[in-house]
Amino acid sequence: MHELSIAASIVEIVEEEARVAGASRVENITIEIGTLSGVMIEALQFAMEEMMLTTSFSGAKINYDIVTAVASCEECCSEFVAEDLFKVCPVCNSSKTYYIRGKELKIKSIEVERDN
Amino acid sequence: MCGTCGCGEEMKITYRKSGENQNSESGHSHHHYHGDHLHSHDHDHEHPHNHSHDAATGNSIIIPLERNILAKNNLLAERNRGYFEGLNIKAINLVSSPGSGKTSMLERTIREKGAELKCYVIEGDQQTMNDANRIEAAGAPAIQINTGTGCHLDATMVYHAVKQLDMAKDSTLFIENVGNLVCPSMFDLGETKRVVIISVTEGDDKPAKYPDMFQTSHLCLINKTDLLPYVDFSIEKVKETALKVNHQLEFIEISAKTGEGMESWYQWLNDLRKM
Repeated sequence: MHELSIAASIVEIVEEEARVAGASRVENITIEIGTLSGVMIEALQFAMEEMMLTTSFSGAKINYDIVTAVASCEECCSEFVAEDLFKVCPVCNSSKTYYIRGKELKIKSIEVERDN
Repeated sequence: MCGTCGCGEEMKITYRKSGENQNSESGHSHHHYHGDHLHSHDHDHEHPHNHSHDAATGNSIIIPLERNILAKNNLLAERNRGYFEGLNIKAINLVSSPGSGKTSMLERTIREKGAELKCYVIEGDQQTMNDANRIEAAGAPAIQINTGTGCHLDATMVYHAVKQLDMAKDSTLFIENVGNLVCPSMFDLGETKRVVIISVTEGDDKPAKYPDMFQTSHLCLINKTDLLPYVDFSIEKVKETALKVNHQLEFIEISAKTGEGMESWYQWLNDLRKM
């Protein structure tokens, strides 16, 4: 259940950035999350709901931007969508592949309201 | 509930040397780092200057952040790594399921090579001093981190434990992570190398079921090989599956009980010392 740690980090970052921006309310939080980031989205959603209860932005809406994993082959340089961590190249069947995308785990943006 | 690991709010993470009963550190608990200089603004992100396009709601603005959620742990891990490099300490993050024989393997390593490698150990478990006591009895200084209900070690915990260990230059630090093949994979501790252990009494489909850990490790120790005649476990299958996830993974087959294969492990550690 490492998603709780992840949710705690998200809450901490959002609180900090909202304070810096002088926000009175956080309306939206957009999280970018790769399909192979190691985070289970359902577990993160659950953790976020719990973690946000004690914050000033418990009503904020969270958008999850899912990034499909893409790998590249060291042998033939093909790029292909990686469904899982067993990223065998569909062109030359090599296992010598590495990720280009899919490990993302970041807060893309927050939408806030200010009083002024 | 504790924000970070889901433990009860009153639950403390404790750091104790073998023989200490009470918390030796005021040791609070949460993994939040309060030093002033580590407040990580990833300065590669754009600051919110492009909010001219006033949203229809008036005062509502979108602030682009592009902040890595694990950045704080990663920064502290790099700080640990710098400390290790400065003292030429080789730090090994040992990860596995519970019961793979991590502690037995370490006991034997310390008994046979402890003086040569100058071993120190950080033990991560949810509860008990058992492992730290075993390591101390084998002859290496050890700190036990009890994470309460936390499912993994993080860089902050290692930072606090290392401060108590007072390690010598040119030494070797083994960080025995919480027995869990899932959560520790995401948390960099600042280690030099990550070593995953699997024992032949587990299923040989472990790398298929828990690929993340094999993907992030440098070496895979296959332990309890003395039991191979009694179990249906294909070493070839493990290697084949794990290599699909991580084609750079190395393998060493050992039996911490009989000592078979341990020389190869010591050789790997010696080679690491020379790096």
